[in-house]
Amino acid sequence: MKNKTSVLPQEGEARPSRCPDNSAFKQQRLPAWKPQLTIATVLSTFFVTGMLCLSVGVCLILSANSVREFQIDYSDKCSDCSELRENSSNWNKECHCSVNFTLEEDILGDVFMYYGLQNFYQNHRRYVLSRSDAQLLGENVNNSYCSPFTTYQNGTPMAPCGAIANSMFNDTIDLFYNLNSSVIQVPLLKTGNSWWTDKNVKFRNPKSYNLSSAFAGTARPPYWQKPVYLLDEEDERNNGYVNNDFIIWMRVSAFATFRNLYRRVSRIRQFANGLPAGNYTFNISYNFPVTKFKARKHVILSTVVWSGGSNPFLGIAYVVSGAAATLAGFVITAIHLKLRKRKTCFQK
Amino acid sequence: MALSVDAALYRWRRLGAKSPSQTLSESTPLLSSVRDKPKLNLNKQRIVFPDNKRQWKDWKQASPFYAGNRIQTTKYTWFTFLPKNLFEQFHRLGNLYFFFLAVLNWFPQVEVFHREITMMPLIVVLLASMIKDAVEDYRKYQFDKMINSSKTRVYDKEEHAYVEKCWKDVQVGDFVQLQCNETIPADILLLYSSDQNGICHLETANLDGETNLKQRQVVMGFSSQNTFFEPELFQNTIICEMPNNDLNKFKGYMEQPNHERVGFNIESLLLRGCTIRNTEVAIGIVIYAGHETKAMLNNNGPRYKRSKIERQMNMDIFLCVGLLFVMCLVGAVGHGIWTGSFSEHPPYDVPDENGEYLSPFLAGFYMFLTMIILLQVLIPISLYVSIELVKLGQVFLIHNDVDLYNEEADLPIQCRALNITEDLGQIQYIFSDKTGTLTENKMVFRRCTVDGIEFSHQENARRLETHKELDLDDEDFAKLQHFTLPPTNIETPDTYKQKTMRPLRRCQSARAHFQGHTRNRSLGRRDSNQSQVAFSSPIEKDVTPDSRLLRRVREAALQTENLSPFIHMKTSTSLTDFFLALAICNTVLVSTATEPRQRVTVPPPIKPSGITLEKIHQIFQRLKLASLSQSFSSSQSSSDLGASFSARNTEEQLAALDCCDNGNDCCASGRGDELQGKDSTDIGSASLDEVFKSVTNSSLPTDFCYEAESPDEAALVYAAQAYGFTLVSRTPEQVTVRLPQGTLLTFDILCTLGFDSVRKRMSVVVRHPLTKEIVVYTKGADSVIMDMLEDSAKDDISKEKKMKRIKEKTQKHLDYYARDGLRTLCIAKKVLNEDDFQKWANFRREAEAAIDNRDELLMETAQHLETKLTLLGATGIEDRLQDGVPDTIAALQEAGIQIWVLTGDKQETAVNIAYSCKLLNQRDTVFTINTESKETCESLLNLTLEEVRKNYEVEKPRRKFFGIIPASFASSEAPGPEFGLVIDGRTLNVIFQGGLEEKFLALTKHCHSVLCCRSTPLQKSMVAKLVRRQLKVMTLSIGDGANDVSMIQAADIGIGISGQEGMQAVMASDFAISRFKHLKKLLLVHGHWCYARLAKMVIYFFYKNVSYVNLLFWYQFFCGFSGSTMIDYWQMIFFNLFFTSVPPLLFGVLDRDVSAETLLGLPELYKNGQNSEIYNLSTFIITMLDAFYQSLVCFFVPYLTYEDSDIDVFSFGNPMNTISLLTILLHQALEMKTWTLFHLVTMIGSVVFYLVFSLIYNASCVLCNPPANPYWIMERQLSDPTFYLLCLITPVIALLPRFFIFALRGTIGTSLILKAQQLDKLPKGQQDLEIQKLRSRKQPTSGAPVPSPTSNDDLDQNIRHLCVSPFLHPVAAAVSHRDTESQRLSTSEVNPLRKQTPEKGYYFFNRWAEEESTATDPSAGPFCGHYPLVPSRVTTPGQDSGKLTKGNVNNFNHGSHRRSVSAVTL
Repeated sequence: MKNKTSVLPQEGEARPSRCPDNSAFKQQRLPAWKPQLTIATVLSTFFVTGMLCLSVGVCLILSANSVREFQIDYSDKCSDCSELRENSSNWNKECHCSVNFTLEEDILGDVFMYYGLQNFYQNHRRYVLSRSDAQLLGENVNNSYCSPFTTYQNGTPMAPCGAIANSMFNDTIDLFYNLNSSVIQVPLLKTGNSWWTDKNVKFRNPKSYNLSSAFAGTARPPYWQKPVYLLDEEDERNNGYVNNDFIIWMRVSAFATFRNLYRRVSRIRQFANGLPAGNYTFNISYNFPVTKFKARKHVILSTVVWSGGSNPFLGIAYVVSGAAATLAGFVITAIHLKLRKRKTCFQK
Repeated sequence: MALSVDAALYRWRRLGAKSPSQTLSESTPLLSSVRDKPKLNLNKQRIVFPDNKRQWKDWKQASPFYAGNRIQTTKYTWFTFLPKNLFEQFHRLGNLYFFFLAVLNWFPQVEVFHREITMMPLIVVLLASMIKDAVEDYRKYQFDKMINSSKTRVYDKEEHAYVEKCWKDVQVGDFVQLQCNETIPADILLLYSSDQNGICHLETANLDGETNLKQRQVVMGFSSQNTFFEPELFQNTIICEMPNNDLNKFKGYMEQPNHERVGFNIESLLLRGCTIRNTEVAIGIVIYAGHETKAMLNNNGPRYKRSKIERQMNMDIFLCVGLLFVMCLVGAVGHGIWTGSFSEHPPYDVPDENGEYLSPFLAGFYMFLTMIILLQVLIPISLYVSIELVKLGQVFLIHNDVDLYNEEADLPIQCRALNITEDLGQIQYIFSDKTGTLTENKMVFRRCTVDGIEFSHQENARRLETHKELDLDDEDFAKLQHFTLPPTNIETPDTYKQKTMRPLRRCQSARAHFQGHTRNRSLGRRDSNQSQVAFSSPIEKDVTPDSRLLRRVREAALQTENLSPFIHMKTSTSLTDFFLALAICNTVLVSTATEPRQRVTVPPPIKPSGITLEKIHQIFQRLKLASLSQSFSSSQSSSDLGASFSARNTEEQLAALDCCDNGNDCCASGRGDELQGKDSTDIGSASLDEVFKSVTNSSLPTDFCYEAESPDEAALVYAAQAYGFTLVSRTPEQVTVRLPQGTLLTFDILCTLGFDSVRKRMSVVVRHPLTKEIVVYTKGADSVIMDMLEDSAKDDISKEKKMKRIKEKTQKHLDYYARDGLRTLCIAKKVLNEDDFQKWANFRREAEAAIDNRDELLMETAQHLETKLTLLGATGIEDRLQDGVPDTIAALQEAGIQIWVLTGDKQETAVNIAYSCKLLNQRDTVFTINTESKETCESLLNLTLEEVRKNYEVEKPRRKFFGIIPASFASSEAPGPEFGLVIDGRTLNVIFQGGLEEKFLALTKHCHSVLCCRSTPLQKSMVAKLVRRQLKVMTLSIGDGANDVSMIQAADIGIGISGQEGMQAVMASDFAISRFKHLKKLLLVHGHWCYARLAKMVIYFFYKNVSYVNLLFWYQFFCGFSGSTMIDYWQMIFFNLFFTSVPPLLFGVLDRDVSAETLLGLPELYKNGQNSEIYNLSTFIITMLDAFYQSLVCFFVPYLTYEDSDIDVFSFGNPMNTISLLTILLHQALEMKTWTLFHLVTMIGSVVFYLVFSLIYNASCVLCNPPANPYWIMERQLSDPTFYLLCLITPVIALLPRFFIFALRGTIGTSLILKAQQLDKLPKGQQDLEIQKLRSRKQPTSGAPVPSPTSNDDLDQNIRHLCVSPFLHPVAAAVSHRDTESQRLSTSEVNPLRKQTPEKGYYFFNRWAEEESTATDPSAGPFCGHYPLVPSRVTTPGQDSGKLTKGNVNNFNHGSHRRSVSAVTL
């Protein structure tokens, strides 16, 4: 029906007609693309998707396979230390152990050293919340989220507060390269491992002329052996809240089994191309207790590629879904061919 | 029910007020002989004291007990709005649930989100609905206010005069003065009428939709007043029954000061909402006011409507709650076990503030509550808001549809309810009013047959045809109507000639479209300029005479004039008689155009002729009578002695008639010569036009308006007028008719036997002024008249043969008329000799005087008289259907909707209309049940049910046989026998009271259409409720009058037709349309769309929320069931609120799965919504499973990718959020069938918005979300290739199965929707072709009219067809039937006449029809062998077994067009 300018009798003309607009929108006649699942579009979609996925998947698997990774569980190897740590009264006794291992082949490229924890639920709801970002930003606030790790009973605030900070991983791991019975300490970089934004924006020490005065009036968290301004006594810019290990620990992990970047191998001298094959030793200062809650500790050496770590899952996912799509394409082709034959003889 | 509530209310009020009624004696005032003050026994009856000076005290005492006249239909007041609205809103489980969550989140042990965050959605939802409700209620309030403040004139005792008052100030006991065309403000007892006979005319259209005038009678004792009514003199007390909703019953009496009692009944009650017509002044006393009026009690209050989808949704929300419960339980138990598995608390298990740890059990319990809050989105939080928004959008689009706009009335569709649009797509039952809804309620004379000769009135048909084109002129014309000449001469014969050239066609859609004369019936309006003519829009008035018939009439008229009146030429007299009968045999009142609504009761002074002297004598006699009748207290029958007239009226009328007589004189004299000349020459040919002109001219000078009790009476009178037989005046005693020659004939009316639905006929007995014969003219339904015809005289064989032939022919014509949907009436006459009449008259008088069995006796006398009639002819009147009604009904039926017509009208009319609007088919078997006893009703129901079931059983094996064949073919066969059911109000009553509802419903389930006649408004709503409740189906009611209001409210969807009968129906409705045909697009297109859109949207919302929330759930397995989230709160909240909300909303408003054209072309697509195919339990579960699958994919693909890496919580959540967003949007994209620019923009916009928002939020938010600041996470992820790789593969894996199934369905699926979608792609012409093909395959034998230009009704041609093929060459006809059958698949153009399947069995339940079939059909012989008779006579345990002939299966296959009606009348 057209929007006729209806010739209405007398008074009708004075009043504007209530006839609705005949616009495409109001009449629901907007130009539209109506996708149809015709056989051509369907098949092309399936095959194209399948091919793409397959090719990407193969690339991914190849690249994941190129990652060299070495992992060692040291929670059992240092059984003495772990037993010592099970009794929390021994917290100030030092305990060292060393773990030897052999690299069968070179690990070339940038080598990253991770510590890994298994069965440590950093993602527990109350644990995740138990922190004060404002405090870590150098502001002086009293945040209830940290409770019960906010203050001591005498009122001295903890710095940093909260359960995350309190439970910080505090083993120190050194790597030694045993080359022809001489022991060379592998040079490790302890800075630059955290996110740049964390280091420079999210974490700030309180403003003061030096760190110890900045943290005056506060106390270390109960599990800690030393106060926060002594985390790295060598490097002023890696001390206090902006300490790299601390920052990394504060970025709570997504799963109960996780690894955190601990050190990077500095590519100098004989380690310019990575770690050469040979015998190595981890010298571990064992502080972090895990055995009483059935957790495990690892140390990991690994390289990375563009697609991430050694996890081949993504590649496999691509390959499998690519294969599935292609298969589906074939199934539909078969059904279509069969049906078309039937349809044509049926219409005749 | 309403009554009992009322009674309770009154009891309460009585107790509350310490009134003298406490001392009341047990006896009713009727029996009490106590002399002192009348008692107030308000418990049982209502006592009304007049509000005048004398009884002021009593009035004051009594009136507080009665409701005032103020009405209030609003739900809220200013004060109750907030609590009441909140209370109502919390009926929604969702709201209650969110409220619970908001409260829960305030407990610190279980707190997950910020407290304000959980409050937000709830507040938004509540606020939105609240505003909507407030606006709706305010509109009602305004309407009430308008009604309440309309003005009426009420007697004021202080001023001793009638003063203007608002309706709301009218009180019980007030005297109200009403003028012509005023609407009655309350239920008023009529005490005075300006009419001499104390009669007041009412139009009750607002109450029952009937447009004819009803007469109301002044209370006995007041009728004889010739002075003006004086309220102060009124000293009576009125005692009547309590307010009730029965529109047809009212009883009471008036106690005079001298303790005499005068009774009155409904005949004296003016009901609120009716309009005074034809009476200058009426005065009455208010009996019931406001909500106690009968009209208001018939309106049940509004019902809170919830759409079917919403109900189903609530069900599914329960399922979701169950799911939620399970998930929370898993979390709680898991957490308990997890916590208990540690011997010592690990550092990540953070103690509470006091450093204490919870026991595993308590931790589990808290975790349960925490999980509820965490997973709350599982119950779609944004769903309610989104649905409201989408419905607003849908309503907006419906409202703006040009196709639903009525140009004449300048009315678009009105959507008054905003929350049930999608119900439009799920309707299974339609309850429709008839008058004004299906029809325009305009009767037009279409055809007639006299002496077995058919006059097809083709010019008339053409005139109706052309009305559409002329309607603009008519519009103007109607306004000028009372200033100009009558419309008969508007269309001159010349125009007809031109139009003859055009091919004849009459398809319904091209029907006249005429609304020129607007009747003003809306409440409160009073301007009477346009409303003066009751039943005389030009289209009804001007009947173009058939030229052939006109010529014969001329001849006949001349013969009667020239020859001696005692010599009978058979043909000529029967013609004259026919038209005389049309003009006389009715109860039509005559008024003139100059003085409309004033009855012409005086025959005009007659010009000199043979009868004049006698005439004048008569007038004098009557004048004498008039003066005598002053003290005459009249009963209904004798009160019409219209001879008494006021001097003023007479003068005016005389003047008017004088001038017309002058005109007549000159006409007549001029014409006489002319005709003489014509007579001698050839009358037939070229001069015809002139003759015609002269005839029309002759009726020019006096423009009479006819007011009839039923519109078809008026139509007949107009038809007679067109042939020169003009009804000039009518009094109870005499009726004057002007003959074509101009002579005025005045008949003495000896007796009038009024119409009743049992006899189905009416008769007048008159004395012919010329022949002095006593003639009985009878007019009635063909079925009864045909039985009463004279057994042809044995002596005269040729005459007998002739009579028989005429009878046969007439019957044939009648059948054809009926088939054509015309209302048929037979006209017959009988000549009585004086003795017989005297005998009969005595008999009659005795009967009238009888006290017991008066009605039966009267009936008997009537039947005694109406026998041995001579058939004169028959007429076919068209009750004009609205535009496109048959087409709409056919489409709706094809869409699988059962249509019931519930009408207050009488049965014959309803059945006729049902046929003409194709609701019933000629091939259908129609059962009629009319009974008043429960037992008969039950047995009848059983019988018919058995009958119907038998038929279905016959069908069954066939169906099974075809069931083996693939689905597309199984449905193509099995043309089940179609049944129709006709039932009347009394029977409905029996059914409702006798607990026969189930049987009734079981029967109606098999009937494809049901007609309920003579049903009251309450019955209408009861039927609607019964069907809705018992069958659990979606119902729609459509009607236009106040009588449909309760039905409209009882159904799931109420539709009001606006513009015809006031606004009450519209006010009660959910949607208001202006024409019935709009229903087609409203349901088939908008309904389908709205349903599909909303259903898909709802299901999508469930999917969306489940698939998103499950991500959190899966994460619980990796975080010790501690309730932690990996996604930032704000992103989580915004995810539903912004990132994924717009595309589904747009989808819900704009998606079109199938185009409007295809939907209209293939009504069957509607079944998709009817069966709730898109949204039901199985689709819900499938979607849920899909959601689980997708959420698993969306969680585990990233999990496995990042497993054992240094990923942190929020860096893990971020890609997951992104993936989930993409998956959910792509899922939506798969569902979308239409992609406009909007869709594309919102789709891409959503993703872009998400990215931009996340980037900004993550870049700026170092500290804004305290415990978990997602700083720089998005930026970091965007620089990581793994993120992109994940975002690519995960949606692919998640959607692959769904896409695969879609693809499979596209390749092998045969669903109609898919086919329709493919059709949309085709070019226009091919599309139509395909639609035809699909339809013909679906229902090859259905009688659905194929709209083809050839299926029109040139009667002559059709009659020939009818006469030739079935009767003379039955075999050939049968062969041709089969041919057509076989060709039907290929050809779309099938002659509708040939559609009759020869195998069809016809049922004849009445005796006459059986005789007819054997008597009139000798040629049916050869067929009897093929289709053996199956006599299955069942005697019912009823009383009147003579009428109850039953179940005679007759193979009446010879193509007779007799409808097969099984009428079982008791």
